[in-house]
Amino acid sequence: MKPDHLQFFIDPSRCIGCQSCVQACTECDTHRGDSMIHVEYVNRSLSTQTVPVVCMHCDQPTCAEVCPADAIKRTADGVVQTARKPRCIACGNCVMACPFGVPELKLERQIMMKCDMCYDRTSVGKKPMCATVCPSQALFYGTREQIEQLRPRSIPTNRFQFGKQTITTGVSVMVPRDGPRPEVLDVTAAMDTEPATRARSGASRIPGLEVLADPFAEIEV
Amino acid sequence: MATLPVSELEIIRAYGPHTSSMDRLRSSTSVEPDRLVKTHCCFCGQQCGIQLRVKDNEVIGFEPWDDFPFNRGMLCPKGVKRYLQGSHPDRLTTALRRDPSAPSGFSPLPYPEAIDRVAREIQRLQSAHGPSSIAMLSGASLTTEKAYLLGKFARVALRTPYIDYNGRLCMVSAGAGNKKAFGIDRTTSPWSDMVGTEVIWVAGSNVAECSPITTNYLWQAREQGARIIVQDPRATPVARTCDLFLPVKPGRDAALFAGVLALMIEHDWIDHDFIDRHTVGFEQVAAYCRQWTPARTAAETGVPERSLRTAAEWWGQAKTSFLFHARGIEHHNHGVANVLGAINLVLASGRIGKPKCGYGTIVGQANGQGGREHGQKCDQLPGWRDISNPEHRKYIASVWGIPEPELPGPGVDAYELFRKIDAGEIKGLISVCFNPVVSLPDNAFVRRALDKLELYVAVDFFLNDTAHYADVVLPGSLQEEDEGTVTQVEGRVIKINKAVDPPGEARQDWRIIQDLARALGRERGFTFQDPKEMFEELRVASKGGVADYSGITWDKVERNMGVFWPCYAEDPRTGRPVDHPGTPRLFERESWNPVAKGSGPFYFPDGKARFNVAEHRPPTEEVDAEFPLILTTGRVVSQFLSGTQTRRIGPLVTQYPEPRIELHPRLAEKLGIADGDWATAESRRGSVTLQAQVVTTIRPDTIFIPYHWPGPKSANQLTISAQDPISKIPEYKVCAVRLRRAEGPPPYAKVLEPQQ
Repeated sequence: MKPDHLQFFIDPSRCIGCQSCVQACTECDTHRGDSMIHVEYVNRSLSTQTVPVVCMHCDQPTCAEVCPADAIKRTADGVVQTARKPRCIACGNCVMACPFGVPELKLERQIMMKCDMCYDRTSVGKKPMCATVCPSQALFYGTREQIEQLRPRSIPTNRFQFGKQTITTGVSVMVPRDGPRPEVLDVTAAMDTEPATRARSGASRIPGLEVLADPFAEIEV
Repeated sequence: MATLPVSELEIIRAYGPHTSSMDRLRSSTSVEPDRLVKTHCCFCGQQCGIQLRVKDNEVIGFEPWDDFPFNRGMLCPKGVKRYLQGSHPDRLTTALRRDPSAPSGFSPLPYPEAIDRVAREIQRLQSAHGPSSIAMLSGASLTTEKAYLLGKFARVALRTPYIDYNGRLCMVSAGAGNKKAFGIDRTTSPWSDMVGTEVIWVAGSNVAECSPITTNYLWQAREQGARIIVQDPRATPVARTCDLFLPVKPGRDAALFAGVLALMIEHDWIDHDFIDRHTVGFEQVAAYCRQWTPARTAAETGVPERSLRTAAEWWGQAKTSFLFHARGIEHHNHGVANVLGAINLVLASGRIGKPKCGYGTIVGQANGQGGREHGQKCDQLPGWRDISNPEHRKYIASVWGIPEPELPGPGVDAYELFRKIDAGEIKGLISVCFNPVVSLPDNAFVRRALDKLELYVAVDFFLNDTAHYADVVLPGSLQEEDEGTVTQVEGRVIKINKAVDPPGEARQDWRIIQDLARALGRERGFTFQDPKEMFEELRVASKGGVADYSGITWDKVERNMGVFWPCYAEDPRTGRPVDHPGTPRLFERESWNPVAKGSGPFYFPDGKARFNVAEHRPPTEEVDAEFPLILTTGRVVSQFLSGTQTRRIGPLVTQYPEPRIELHPRLAEKLGIADGDWATAESRRGSVTLQAQVVTTIRPDTIFIPYHWPGPKSANQLTISAQDPISKIPEYKVCAVRLRRAEGPPPYAKVLEPQQ
């Protein structure tokens, strides 16, 4: 069993796109050579923003609900497992259905593979491989108290709205309290002689932390 | 006769780089390792703790080492995949000799014969042209023990002044600046001092890609209230979430520092008490900075006035702070001035030598720190001693058991060494851990110089790109095949542990060097049985020097998970034996050091730090109508230095297979270049055709090319061999180029694999 008090948190604002998590995932004994997670650029031509895509471990996993072969199981301790080998028919329903873009088809193996929160490690009390190695700790594994104490600038969220579908997840995403960063990271904005006028949207909710002008704020977002 | 024996393509076909993969034992999901070996990564200066999984004399994987305090299990992708450099198809398991009749250009040679052949050639050249006709190049990825041995070998066995190392391309501007300002060359504080500070200034350091583990310190500091200032011509991944981005035009860092200091002085945001009590030279610096008005600084640096004012306000008013820099400000024809400019900001703030107040340089190589302290540098003897200082010479000569007059004087820097080869003064070269045809600027010149050598001996575990020119190649060892110490970014001496034996006739580099000494008939002083014995001699040799390791033992290093130098065997005040704990934080106010002897915290006789006028000088090559763009070079996260190792590790090659030319969309539009197009960048020295990557994260007047690749993909075909007058670091970060769309792929695209 994965200990209940230990949870997984994703903090995309910290991600530096180094792929250490992906490289480490391929080292796991249950699926050596294949990564069950991925890191995506949002749009490399406009920003260095990257996002680590690990499974959110939904309370009611859409991937499992749409699977015609019943190949995706959720354990009692809330871990949504990768597709089971004899059952998975590599139809890709789960890939289409997952609102977070997590599952990937491994065509050469004819199977879908996705993050199972390093069940072989977490079920014996270790941290998942990706969260262990992550140099920016964009992937963090620990208690909610720890993350709240370590990261006062953001709030862990595990409730998401996709159209009419509300999804609650085992994994939380850290949402910055001082609002979103601009989507475009253009060096010419920081070179402009005119002062940036746009402060980050939303007032800071952290006492003593003022909202700063954004260094890349040329474009209204 | 060191010319290519056959075409380079044929050498590459035989010796690679080919890529490794997770095969055999390394792909098994059921095999259990025989043991886990606690050691450190073989790549950068962060020196993350890692455990290697070992089975049947093979490293088959890794396991995080959660307890090592610096990285607590964290690793970058290079660290994760470093084990795939072992059991590699390209691995050299015998010595090789140049053989134009062999299809690959080389034939195997029994190891004893290879040693004899090299020794005979050295003797022939030295008796005909004198001892100085032989030179050595070494490296800062070697352990401190090996670095020490190589410095000793060059001076005592070869009796040549000509040894220098690849830290010349890396750490020397920082080292020279630190010595001038502080009298000692080391990061002042452990990285833990970063968390809890009010402001962190990152100057010319692509932390996310070049020293990834530092990112967590940076982000954690930010969580706890620190404002992050990033100074860089590119919005690197850490710039994305910084609080202030200073998009400095390459080559203008000293002007930026001067302009910010001028604002701090104008607003009286300086620590008068500290400046008066603990420094000298402030007035001259203040007088120099006066000319750097915000308007002039903005015009010169390309950083708007508003941002200069914000930087001055934040840095000036903070109560705690940390400033660190890396090659971005150091790789210049005025790299030392840039470093001194950064240090002036720190000294004016008075925030040094206290908890949560630090200054540091991020070392590039595994032993970037230790490798620059103990005598493989051309002007240096162990313990950061000066080879021109009579007292220092006398002491080291006594440790080495030679008459002082026999100890050669200072040599020349690594690039000057190639100029001496070109001029015919140096006839023979031995290199260990150095790949100059990839790593030195204007590498067409380097190739021409190699052609002129009568003898070139390369020691390496793979046939690196420069070793293609070798007469004899001696098969050396991987980091995991030897043991010893290195000193990481914080100044912490740590222990590298052996996991496996070298394969075939390959052996530890120090054995090869000692075998050569024996074959030369100069065995005395080169009969160490193991690296520990070398370390014990190094303790004695460094004793009394500024980089004093005398109180460090391997046992203490392992027990404490690292020891920060200086660490004394005897209390320098009383001369009594002491169990010294090491010195994690330098310059604490009441601290005592053997140079100042109680007069102050800094390593000068008066105990005071030095402000140095850090004059802005333009780059050697300014842009003009013919070459209107600035080229700047650097790294990517999945590759390391000249790529001898990382271009052979399959998953790292896949991550970023080939170099690309980064340019801003505004420039791309002007030149008609689209993302993914082939484009040709040309300088006065050479040209390179690569695919374009169009991104908004770079200044529109600048293009960027990473330097890890050889031959037709090498960025250093373009770079300029200008050097800093003090540190002799090459000016990798600025030269003038032009860029145009290429009609199609270059000829190499058909014949070379991405990593080749």
